[in-house]
Amino acid sequence: MKIAVVRFPGSNCDADAYHAARAAGADVTYVWHRSTDLEGADVVVLPGGFSYGDYLRPGAIARFSPVMRAVAEHARSGGPVLGICNGFQILCEAQLLPGTLARNFGLSFVCRPVTVRVESDATPFTARYRVGQELRLPVAHGDGRYVADDATLDRLERGGRVVFRYAGDNPNGAMRDIAGIASEERNVVGMMPHPERAVETLLGSTDGAAVFALAGVAAGV
Amino acid sequence: MTARSRPGDPAITSELVRRHGLNPEEFDRIVAILGREPTYVELGIFSALWSEHCSYKHSRAVLKTLPTTGPQVLQGPGENAGVLRIGDGWAVAFKMESHNHPSAVEPYQGAATGVGGILRDIFTMGARPIALLDSLRFGSLDSPRQRYLCHGVVRGIGDYGNCVGVPTVAGDVVFDPAYEGNPLVNAMCVGLLREEELIRAAAAGPGNPIIVVGARTGRDGIHGAAFASEALAEGTEARRPQVQVGDPFTEKLLIEASLELIASGHIVAIQDMGAAGLTSSSAEMAARGGVGVELDARRVPTREDGMTPYEVLLSESQERMLVVAERGSEQAVEAIARKWELESAVVGRVTDDGLYRVRWGDEVVAEIPGRSLVEGVPARRPEAVEGEAAQARRARPMPPTADRDLGDALERLLDLPTIASKRWVYEQYDTSVQANTVRGPGGDAAVLRVRGTTLGLALTAGSSGRYVWLDPYEGGKAAVAEAARNIAVTGARPLGVTDCLNFGDPEKPDVFYQFREACRGIADACRALETPVTGGNVSFYNESPSGAVLPTPMIGMVGVLADVTTCVPAAFRTTGDALVVLGRCRGELGGSQYLSMVTGETFGAPPSVNLAAERALVAFLVDAAERRLLASAHDVSEGGLAVALVESAVGAAPALGFDVDLSAYARDVAADAALFGEDQARAVVTVDPRHLAALTALAVQHGVPATMVGTVGPVGAAVRVVVRDRRLERPIARLREIYERAVPRRMAGAEGGLPAAAGG
Amino acid sequence: MRRYRGRVRVMPRAGLLDPQGHAVEQALGALGFTGVGRVRVGRTLEIALEADSEQEVRERLREMCERLVANPVTEDFTIDAVEAGP
Repeated sequence: MKIAVVRFPGSNCDADAYHAARAAGADVTYVWHRSTDLEGADVVVLPGGFSYGDYLRPGAIARFSPVMRAVAEHARSGGPVLGICNGFQILCEAQLLPGTLARNFGLSFVCRPVTVRVESDATPFTARYRVGQELRLPVAHGDGRYVADDATLDRLERGGRVVFRYAGDNPNGAMRDIAGIASEERNVVGMMPHPERAVETLLGSTDGAAVFALAGVAAGV
Repeated sequence: MTARSRPGDPAITSELVRRHGLNPEEFDRIVAILGREPTYVELGIFSALWSEHCSYKHSRAVLKTLPTTGPQVLQGPGENAGVLRIGDGWAVAFKMESHNHPSAVEPYQGAATGVGGILRDIFTMGARPIALLDSLRFGSLDSPRQRYLCHGVVRGIGDYGNCVGVPTVAGDVVFDPAYEGNPLVNAMCVGLLREEELIRAAAAGPGNPIIVVGARTGRDGIHGAAFASEALAEGTEARRPQVQVGDPFTEKLLIEASLELIASGHIVAIQDMGAAGLTSSSAEMAARGGVGVELDARRVPTREDGMTPYEVLLSESQERMLVVAERGSEQAVEAIARKWELESAVVGRVTDDGLYRVRWGDEVVAEIPGRSLVEGVPARRPEAVEGEAAQARRARPMPPTADRDLGDALERLLDLPTIASKRWVYEQYDTSVQANTVRGPGGDAAVLRVRGTTLGLALTAGSSGRYVWLDPYEGGKAAVAEAARNIAVTGARPLGVTDCLNFGDPEKPDVFYQFREACRGIADACRALETPVTGGNVSFYNESPSGAVLPTPMIGMVGVLADVTTCVPAAFRTTGDALVVLGRCRGELGGSQYLSMVTGETFGAPPSVNLAAERALVAFLVDAAERRLLASAHDVSEGGLAVALVESAVGAAPALGFDVDLSAYARDVAADAALFGEDQARAVVTVDPRHLAALTALAVQHGVPATMVGTVGPVGAAVRVVVRDRRLERPIARLREIYERAVPRRMAGAEGGLPAAAGG
Repeated sequence: MRRYRGRVRVMPRAGLLDPQGHAVEQALGALGFTGVGRVRVGRTLEIALEADSEQEVRERLREMCERLVANPVTEDFTIDAVEAGP
């Protein structure tokens, strides 16, 4: 099983995602944003960071990178795609996920560990969790407030597409405490917390490791 | 062909020379070096390189007295950053630098560009930046202006560090009216490299091309280096347009491009175009390599039309690097830059004539013996005399304080922003990116693991300006001793120091006395603790119309853990653990936060520093951690033992109470002095009762006094302290609330007029 | 007193680096928009307020910009329009 970690100019959690996926036993490769294919990867990770400095809007410029055409194609054909933090923002800008990530309610960047509840185990990235399981994961973002219109939110809820919800401490004011969502086919997942920073006891939590335990997942889940 | 002035250049008058910050003696020296009057461009070049910021003309003789060597030192002072070996072939590059004056004028950009500059000093050594630290000083948060400055500086540091993906893991923030007109913003960066990857910024190889990589050059901060060497005067407002704007996105690309360039083997040397821009970077690289350079300033890519050679040479536009490449590697260098979406341009060559020559197309606009720029400045030997006021405030007797309610005093101390939790600050920083942060902010020192090894790094930065103000020598010692304790309580062995010496106007004898004596204290402490100083920065002229800041020699320290899993937290861990105080109780209240809180003034002799006791304490803490005897360990510093205990208690999640009897420990000391005295060489540790005997025996072996004073816990319970007939009792939840709310409560609504922050 | 609506434009000061503008400029080029020159990114505020005259509105908007809305060190502002408004 091969995971591609896409690097945009300004990505800065690319190495963390790479190491987390490697630790989970995957064959991992970096794909530069100018690439027009995914080098045969089964799973795509869009890592966190500040692609293009987040200038204009987070993800607004990165969505036009050449690689995004291949990512969209991969997603359309059912391939698993995970966007973490800035990756989530890019997926929303690229309209591979609905809604948007707005400036945090408190207007400040916020970095701290939060508790996140797993709301769906029906995605490739949460298949190894139980619904209702609480995870301790760090957040680190300035624009993490999930916003969508009511109809979209209801559609997400009804379709079981809310994947993660903040439990207790909502660090950014996200609507309905949403921390992560999935596409209609549930193969594309975006999340604001950083599972790749929570894969070792030494660093305080291993709760994120199972996100990357994708053995058995192949293109076209 | 000698250098000529250009049409339109101003005439070289004594007024112009003065405005360039050069005194008549220095100007005469320049004329003697050149054998003629300088051109306007040359005057600008000398002005920049002979400024205090670049030349250390006031401080050089004193800095030479600092210890700089040791088996761990791979690179001492004189390079972009110092480098220490940490084991297994790994090394760390680290340095601290000030950005005080730019931050006073524009807090957001001033702080942001300070972070950008210190990052570049690290990755130009071939090291990947893995951590940032910041030591900040502001006036009282009761003033709207200070809240604005604090808000802007924190946001600026956060936006820059967060965007480049380097975690901000430690530092300190102190609020004191003495910093009212002149905040201190000191940023430290730590980078990791393999020993064999070290690259030095020495130009070599006549004929080798000199290449600018990164952002275009605009009219930013022209004469910033000279500006940093001047006290902030009323007229400073008029200089505002010269502020520089940071671009962390470009910086991130520069990090990647520079590390790839270094790894490629195509380059000989690389340096940040920092203060005084192209001029200082090229002159310093040439001087280190003992070669000459020839630049064509017209080839430098500019952001604005109509820039003059003077402006191109002295611009402080950010996110630019100067590279000396191997001859014939021009295209390879350009290809790497382009891959990272950066511009590059060949702007000159290394020469063998030792001259610093600048062309503007066919014209020669400057031609100066290169060495004279870096070494030719006449040293100043300022007078150093301790002021009478300083002697008087140190000698002033302690007033009676003992009958105060201890619980109320503790609560008021925890509400002081200097002592209170800095969560409001550090939660705006990405503290965990790169996934190496074992212990982030909020404890004594941060601890990072070194991926792929068992090694851990402990990092800290700070200083007590109050102690230095009262007694520069003891204060200098205390700054180093506290840094070493911060490192050692995590279980790490202190390895080396970078310093950032913030003082007032060195031409004032009392200021220079403070500087010289503080450095003597730092030197003695660094020798005793075997932590050589490998680099740093001097920032003079930290004055405003209201006077000089507290003399604040910031100490950044790096320590190493052989096995990062032995690292010890600052927070209590388990109910029932035994509480042990290390070090003696003397009840020293001089210069303490408690004394200032009670009297409204800072005076008295600051706590004396016994370097042998500090050394023993450090050795003991490292030994005990390696044997895994400690459940927690926390340094005793500002606010004394009581504050240290509460910090360890509220740091636990959930908070733990404690029950302590200090009657025996503080036998001959008044209750308030026992609780709030800031006696040095102390730490509070907790230990599983089963290990208590082993710990006590180890303490005896190291000659460290260890007194069991009580027990930890339970969760959510009260804090109880008894000193003979005096009692203090408070619910931990209440103390936690005060400690956590003190800063956010004051900062509420401080935002305003700041540029939008980016956030990913 | 009458109701007005003022529109204020805040732009990065000429000559200062504008990282946002630069990034957008590059991205527009990459998307194939040809002939794009310098791009600068600023912001616009609409401020509703009550005053006696248009001149008073302009004076107050200027004061707001000087004291809060624009960063005096890095930005310039322009009062684009003052309209009678709800």
